[in-house]
Parts: sequence; C-alpha cells; structure tokens
Amino acid sequence: MTENTLKEKINMNGNNSIEIDCAPNGKPLNYKILNEEIHQVINSGYKKIILNKVCGQRFIGASLQGDLEFVINGVPGNDLGIFMDGPKIIVNDNCEDQAGNTMNNGTIIIHGDGGDVIGLSARGGKIYVKKDVGYRVGIHIKEYERKHPVIIIGGTARDFLGEYMAGGLVIILGLKILPDGKITENDYPICGNELGTGIHRGKIILRTNEDLQSKLGVGAKLFKPDEDDLKHIEPYLKEFCEIFSIPYKIITQKPFKVVKPISKRPFGGSYCGQIV
Amino acid sequence: MNWKNYTSLPKIFQNQRIFDGCGISGYLNIDGKRESGTKVKDMLCILHDRENGLGAGYAGYGIYPDYKDYYALHILFDDEKSKEKVISYLESMGYIILSEPIPTKTPSNVDNPPIIWRIFYEPKKMKSISDDEQMIELVMQINANFDGAFVMSSGKNMGVFKGNGWSYEIADFYKIEDYKAYMWLAHSRFPTNTPGWWGGAHPFNLLGTSVVHNGEITSYGTNKRYLESFGYKCTLFTDTEVIAYLFDLLVRKHKLPILIASLALAPPLFNEIERMDKEFQIALKNIRATYRSAMLNGPFSIIVGHNDPIPTMIGLSDRKKLRPLVAAISNDDNTVYISSEEASFKRLKLNAEFCDEFKEIWHPKSGTAIIARVGQGLLRNGLEKPLEKIKLSVMGG
Amino acid sequence: MSIEHNIPNYFRVKIESDHCKKCKRCVSHCSYGALSFNNEKIISDDSKCVACNRCASMCPGKAIKIVKDESCLPPHGNYSRRIRNIIWAQSGTGGVLLSATGNDRPIRNIFDDLLLDACQVTNPSIDPLRETIETKVFFGRKPQKLDFTTDPIDPNKISLKTEFLPHFEIDMPLMVGHMSLGSISYNACMAIYQAVNELNILAGSGEGGLHPDFYEYGKNIITEVASGRFGVDIKYLQNTVGLEIKIGQGAKPGHGGHLPGEKVNSMISQTRMIPKGSDALSPYPHHDIYSIEDLAQLISALKEATRYKVPIGVKIAAVHNSAPIAVGIVRGGADFISIDGFRGGTGAAPRIIRDHAGIPIELAIASVDQRLRQEGLRDQVTLVAGGSIRYSADLIKAIALGADVGMVGMPVLIALGCRVCQQCFRGLCSWGIATQKPYLVKRLDIDVARNRIINLFHAWNEELKEILGAMGIDSIESLRSNRDRLRYIGPNPRIADILNVKHAGE
Repeated sequence: MTENTLKEKINMNGNNSIEIDCAPNGKPLNYKILNEEIHQVINSGYKKIILNKVCGQRFIGASLQGDLEFVINGVPGNDLGIFMDGPKIIVNDNCEDQAGNTMNNGTIIIHGDGGDVIGLSARGGKIYVKKDVGYRVGIHIKEYERKHPVIIIGGTARDFLGEYMAGGLVIILGLKILPDGKITENDYPICGNELGTGIHRGKIILRTNEDLQSKLGVGAKLFKPDEDDLKHIEPYLKEFCEIFSIPYKIITQKPFKVVKPISKRPFGGSYCGQIV
Repeated sequence: MNWKNYTSLPKIFQNQRIFDGCGISGYLNIDGKRESGTKVKDMLCILHDRENGLGAGYAGYGIYPDYKDYYALHILFDDEKSKEKVISYLESMGYIILSEPIPTKTPSNVDNPPIIWRIFYEPKKMKSISDDEQMIELVMQINANFDGAFVMSSGKNMGVFKGNGWSYEIADFYKIEDYKAYMWLAHSRFPTNTPGWWGGAHPFNLLGTSVVHNGEITSYGTNKRYLESFGYKCTLFTDTEVIAYLFDLLVRKHKLPILIASLALAPPLFNEIERMDKEFQIALKNIRATYRSAMLNGPFSIIVGHNDPIPTMIGLSDRKKLRPLVAAISNDDNTVYISSEEASFKRLKLNAEFCDEFKEIWHPKSGTAIIARVGQGLLRNGLEKPLEKIKLSVMGG
Repeated sequence: MSIEHNIPNYFRVKIESDHCKKCKRCVSHCSYGALSFNNEKIISDDSKCVACNRCASMCPGKAIKIVKDESCLPPHGNYSRRIRNIIWAQSGTGGVLLSATGNDRPIRNIFDDLLLDACQVTNPSIDPLRETIETKVFFGRKPQKLDFTTDPIDPNKISLKTEFLPHFEIDMPLMVGHMSLGSISYNACMAIYQAVNELNILAGSGEGGLHPDFYEYGKNIITEVASGRFGVDIKYLQNTVGLEIKIGQGAKPGHGGHLPGEKVNSMISQTRMIPKGSDALSPYPHHDIYSIEDLAQLISALKEATRYKVPIGVKIAAVHNSAPIAVGIVRGGADFISIDGFRGGTGAAPRIIRDHAGIPIELAIASVDQRLRQEGLRDQVTLVAGGSIRYSADLIKAIALGADVGMVGMPVLIALGCRVCQQCFRGLCSWGIATQKPYLVKRLDIDVARNRIINLFHAWNEELKEILGAMGIDSIESLRSNRDRLRYIGPNPRIADILNVKHAGE
C-alpha cells in the first residue's frame, strides 16, 4: 500500500493516536489489509489506534507486543488478540469467538457480549466482558511464574466453563447491565453443564445462589470461598467495576462459590503401565 | 508379426512403457523460405544405423499457407467406421472446412497402411475456454476414447507425417517432397520392446508443438503425474508424449519464455546456480522449486518445433549430456540445423542437389537450449551460460 | 490376597557367575530395578526386566545375557500370550493400557513388498560417487506457475513477476519427527538439533515449547502448535523456520497428550511455561478448530503472527479419509502437510489406539498425492510423510510414492542406543533418551549422540544417491511420485491398485 492511500483511510489525532476507517466507502477491509495497515502505523510510532467501523475482521492485535492501545468501534472477528503480549484492546460492542486465544499478556475489555472459547490456552493477561459469554470460556487457561490470566464476565456463561483449566482465575458475576446503566441480577443460570471439567489447577468463582453440584464436570469440586480466595479476587473485581461503572457494593450482595480441582492429578489412576 | 491395429497399441502391450533409441534431425530457415521435404529426408536417412525400420516421421511447418487460420488435423483411422464416428463427432463440435485423404504413394511401399486423413477445422466459439483449449480437449477425447482413430497432429499451418517403416519408406509413402516448409523435424526409431505402431512413431504433436526425441527419460512417472494434475491424458506411454505436453504446459499455458522453459526442463545444478548473481539465483531456484516435477531426468536429446506465435526450433539435451546433439548454421546465416550426428550436415554438402555450405558446426552444451526463430535468427546457440545475455529483473518478494 | 496376578515374565537375566566380577555396575545401570546384589551375588527380579540390555552392554565381564523366558503357557493359536497378558493386566488394575514407540503388531509392511527399478541398457545408470546427484528439497509453498514477461522490444529483457511464497531449502529429504523435550531428554533433543543443523535438514520441536538453549538451532527446527499450546509465545512463533499445527499423530490418531506432573521438572516447566509438577494435558481436539474452516482460521492466525514469512503446515495422522482431509488442509492455506502413518511412534499412548487406529503410511501417501493431483494442488505444497520410515529403503519408496520429505523418529533414537523396549512412558529410560531423570540423562553424551545421527543420515543420503544413480536419476525431484520405478511383490494386488504401482513382472 502506498503512503498516500494509507493517509486517505487514517486520521491522525496527535498524541501518538491515529484512527483507521476499517470500512472506507462502506466496504469493510479484508483482515490482511487491515492488519498490515495496523503494523504500518505501529512501525510509524503510533501507540493508540482507533479502529472505526470494524466488521468481523479477524486476528486484530495478533502477536503484537508492548505498550499499545486499541479502541475498536464495531464487532471484531475471531481470534481478537491471539498470541498478544502486552497491548490493551477495548471493544465498544460485542465480540466474536476466541478473544484472547493463547494470549501471553495484555488486556481485552469488551463492552458487550463475548463469544465462545474466550481465552483459549491463555497464559496471562486479563479479559473483562461486560455482558454474557458462550461455551468453553476460559478453556485450558494456564499460569506460569508471575503470569496469571484473569477472565471476568459480568453476565452469565454456558457449558464447559473452565474446561481443562490449568491455572488462572475465572469469575462469573451473573449481573445484567442494561443500556441505561441500570444493573439487575441476570435471570439466566450462572453457567451451563460440565462446569470445570478436567480442571487441574486454578479456580472458577461464581456469584450465585444456584446449586451447582449437578453441573460439575469430571475432576471439579465445589468449595466455599475462604479468606485467601476473597482477597485474591477483590482487586480484580474493583478494577472490573470501575471499568464498567458498576457500584462495588452490588457485587457483595450475593455469595460466591468456588470450583477447584479435586487433585492436581485428576486422571493419574486411569492408566496402567504393565508390561504386556 | 503384422499388427492389424495401427492407431493404438495391441492389448498385450497396453499400459506398458515404450522404450526406444532414435535418430533426430531438423532445420529452420530464418527468412521463412519454404523448402520441400527432400532435404530433411536426406538428413535423417543418413542416420540409418540409429533405426531398425519400426517407425519414422516428419513434421513440416508452413505447409498449409492456404489454410493457415484453421487447425490442420492429421488423423489415422483403422477403418471407415471409426472415420465416420470421428467426423461426426468433429461436426458436432465445430466446422469442417475441408476433409480429404492425405495423398500417399500408390501402390503403397509399406505394409497395410491405415486410412490417413486430413481435416481443416474450426471449433465452435466458446466463451469459457479458448479455441486452443477446445482443440486440446478434442484431440485428447479422440485419442483416448475413439477406438481405431489417432490424431497425429493438430496445429495450424503444419502437419506430422509418420508411420511404421524405415525413414526413407515413410518419406516416400507420404511424398513429403510435395510439401514446402520453413521448418522440418524428422525422427527415426529403434524401438526395443514394442511393435512399431503408427501412432507411436515421432514426431509427437499437440497443437503447434512437435517433439522428436532420442533417449529415455527416467523421470517419466513424475512428469506424467505432474501433467495429469493439469488435465493432460498421457495415453501413449512414451516419454516423448510427455515432453510434448510439458512444452505445451510451460510455453503455451504458463507463457514462459522458451529459454526459461528449457531451464525448467533441464535446470542447472544447484552448485552452479549458487555461483551466479543474486537475481539469477532467485530466478533459477524458483524455477527449480516451482517446476520440480517438470524436470526431465535421464538421457535425452530433443528437437522441438513450435509456432505460437512465431515459428521456433529448439534443440536441447539432458544436463549430463548422455545423448548426442550437434548444430550447424549455413554460410548465409539463414539456416539453422540440428541433428543427432554431424553426418546429416555432411550429407547435405555431398548431395549435388543442395551443396549446402556450413559456416560453423558446433556441439551445444549439455542442458543448454539452441533457439532459432523465423525472422529473428539464431537467438541462442546452446553454448551460453544458463541466463547469459539476459537482463533479468525480479519483482516479487 | 492381591487382586493383581503375576503375569508370566517375558525375559530372563542370565548372569554367568564365572565371568561376574561383582562390580555391581549392572545394578547401578538398571533403572527398572530388576537387579540387586545380595552381598554374595547379583540377583534378578525378571518380572521387572524390560530387555533394555543396558546391564549387558555395561558389564565389564560380558557376564550378562538377556534371554527369552522359556516358561510356556498352554499353547493357543488365537489367545496369544500377548492377549492373555493384556487381560490379566487390565483385570488387575482396571486401567487403560499404556504403550510407547510405534505399533508393534506383526502387520505386513507394505514398504517391504515394494521393489525398486534400475537402469539396464536403454538408459545409463549414474555413478553417485563421481557425478553429481542432487538431494536438495524446497520446503514450503510454491506457486502453481511463474509469471515471466519478456520486453516487447528487447527479447533478452525478462522480468519475473511472481510473488514468492514462503519456502526454504534443506539438503536432504529428511526431517526428524516431532519429539518434545519431555518425551525425550534434553541431551537427546540437543543432539538431534545439533545434528540437523550440521546436515541442514529439519527437526520438529514437538509440543512443549523450545528450551532457551535450542533457539540457536531455530533455522532447522519446525516448531509445533498443538492443542495444549504449551510454550507457545511470540518468541516461539517468530524464531522458527516453519510452524506446524499438530492435529494428530500416527501412534494415537484422535487422542490428546498427557505429560504427567511428576515429569514436569523445572526445565520442562520453563520450556512448556507451566508450573513445576503440574500435569500438561493436551486436549484431544484444538478447541479453536471444530471444522475445516476453523483450521483455515488458525493457519491464517499463524500467518498473521509470523507476518507471512514462514511456511505454516498441518500434521495429521493417516486415517481412512486422509486424502480429502489433506485437500481441505491445502485449500485452508497450509504450505506443507505432514502425514504420520499408523506405525508412527509416541512417548506414551493408549495401547488400544497405538495398535488399532489409523492406516499404513504407504497407502496414505499414495492416496493423498493422487487426490491433491486431481485437485491440481499437489505441486504447490510439500508433503512430509512418516510413520515407520525405518531405513533408507523406506525413505526412497516413500518419495517414489509421492512424498517430498521423510519424517523419521525411531531410527534416530535407535541410533542413540534405544533398544525398543517400549517403556518410554515410564520415564526410566536407561539409555538417557526417554527420561528426565538427571542421573539417566547424563548417560547420553551429546557429542557422541550428535555424531551418530549425522553418520546415520549421511549414510542414508549416500544410499539414496546410490539408488537414484542406479535409476539414472540425478536429482531427487525426479524420483518424487515416480511410481513407474516401483513394482509390487506382495500378496494383495488391491494394494498395488491403490498405490498405483504395477506388479513385479508387469
């Protein structure tokens, strides 16, 4: 792409910030072109990139590093922030599937619904979703050294929440945040079936009165939160509330339940190494 | 043994590779002057030690100036019935401008010749595919699916004359002295294990490309499978057929310059490439990577005739120089000759009818193309380094 | 009374007391605890012997022989000893039986039923020692055609307009298959990477990240992105010559992976980027791939992440529908495909899957190559094939059937000392190969191991050239898919049909 055509689509705002029209003349850009433009503006030194009229473009923020901020106006496509290591992405709308796939670090804030498979295999970073999310959220998230992924969902989640979880923290709040900012309790179940199936590290915290026993998956066990759990989650919840303008006291109006692994080796006994 | 079926191999030999040794000859007049076939017959017949009387053939370019806009189909038929079938098929797919027997010697000097026919033809215009593509479809259809019929050649303003017999017998049988061409190719066969059947003689042709070939390529299976993935049907089980189709693919379909196509068929060794300039390296490595299945391996020397759009003669031998190839240019710089042996040129000098004088006779380098073109001259003499004289620019990546 | 029955021993450790110096070296070398010293002599617990032969080869007096236990079971042609053992083991433990290496059932090997052609008379053979025979391979994506244009005025002015697609060169058609640090030791990995670097061929990283010490060999390492995404970060993605999405493995098609927590020491923890002692579970599928368009999406994601600079491939196990799956993979944008046959190796897999799932690589190569050709896609991609390429003859036949590159695992380990005892999953490898225990790992000398691998592949390449020379072929690309140079001599002509190879004598 020549510099001139690039200039037509982008709008420099000063302060290291730049806007990109992702659908010039109403025609959404192909993701390859959009991501190439993003790389070009980053190479030119821009730190804050505002993407307007985003319409399903995939892999935004893929494998980007450092102190960058994206504001996405529109609905980004699958694999938002895949392999990302540091940047912050704010989505002012809903988001498609697999946001934060294999993320190493960074922040994804979604001011709407999230999709399925959020944070697949993420090793670090934060994913905050204001409304509801789909299936297999937090699947196989891990932790390592100081890396500790945190996923907080304002609304509810579906089946296979925290499947294969190998570390980190998932919190589901069960709230309903209306367009006018009014906040009520969500009528839907806090989560679906097979909750935490295969979990072998980390924890899932659910703000609910529901009886979750029958929803638990293989290797998952229900606990009451202890002091440490509450201390662990408090700073993240406060940050979440501040971002989405939720009064913190609403959070404390319902009890938390905690899902943790039965053991670190849930499947240790299912194999036989006998010489035959 | 007397094989009754001339247009396809006898059953017991079907699906078998055909191996043969051969003699090849050809020449091209740069000014486009057309000459009768007697000269090329002389060039070939002197190589009689290279043949065993089981097949010979000639291709003349420029022989049908009055019908130069139509595809000239030279077809062999076993009988009237197969002829009728093919003709009615052709009528359904396009327009027959002229349909007539190809004149042959009477009484015949070869045993039981098939019905030999020529048709000037124009396919129906189609939006989706070009005339050339349509003609290829037609030829492949007839050769693969019409029993008792075989298309010898299908180009414009050219034709192939071939059959089972000694080189002089076939020349006399077809009366090639009656045709005038600016480029002639010729071939005589020494088949080892299959009967010389009419269709299996050289030259092999597809549209404007004809190939005469000496040697046996060891990469046949690789090349054949590569061509099949582009829709070619290799029905004849000879390596020469494969070479003809590779030329068609690279030069007509992929529009590679002829020199580049020759480098795809006989590429320089990697250690040679690595000693070249950066740009040449990029080009040659990408040629080898992209056309790795088109590379011809094993012993071969070939002469290729091509007329799309400019009549061109190409000579090429394998990169290890396992088959002979020698070239010459006439004193007046107008005629370029290529042959298996120098005897072909000497023969022309000794023949009182021609008394050709040669300015130079030389042995082209292995894997290096000789390219001569009507109106343009001897573009490459086969003594150059792979991309010598080429001003190459590489745009990609 | 114990619920577990004693299973009859397979092996017996025979110690000739005349030759035994009682140095107890064998005791210290037996990592399976089969040998001990009772202050008088060496005694063996044959039920623990796996016939790894470490003791025998370390014994200074050559006093030890491992022999087949001669005790016999009542003969039965159908209930073999193995079947009976399986039943006894399972009724004792209730567990899924584990196994390692590749399928050990005596199923007829198709490579062994193929014969090679050689030149006689009609074309000359080539002397590989004195004339050049080329074995270089371009690994990755190639365009279907090149676009050259000739200047209309000066015919010697030619430009090449094609945009180059990601590919690179290797010097032999060989890749060491993916074996992770975890499945094999640091020393084994290091030896492999150094050897492939020296030979300019390839090795796979396996799933489990790349230890920091291995990054310097990155130009010869294809890193793997598997369903567990262990060790996958930007550095891992961007310091590699090619990336492979692992969908399946020949030894365990459709199965995930499981590195038990006790093997996750600090080195493995650092490489996989998971806490020490934590299980490393690779989910059965990739949870961002539930369909072919999702695979295309992950391929695209990896291309975005690497800015379209390196080839991205996909590895699948050879299963019944490999051919159409391969077409989908290529249409999904993969630059290379790796296919792992049913005899492919593993560090740990349920025996039931290892021994009964998948199809032979020979058939998979033939059908994938054929199908890709029918779709006009074959020549644009690199086809890597493995799953019991045991020696150069298998490699040559795999290439003649249609593979670009052979993927090799077990022969490398055998070169390092592996005796194929099939106990890799226990992590006790006495040869220092399939273990993480430092006292065992240090038995494998990296320099010696590296040179043995170099020797092995050097020999294979020379044999490859010998065969090419005998066929009158001077470059490996003219062998690839040249099925005309193969003949079938096995009992089942249907196999010859599928391979599109004629019967010997035809």
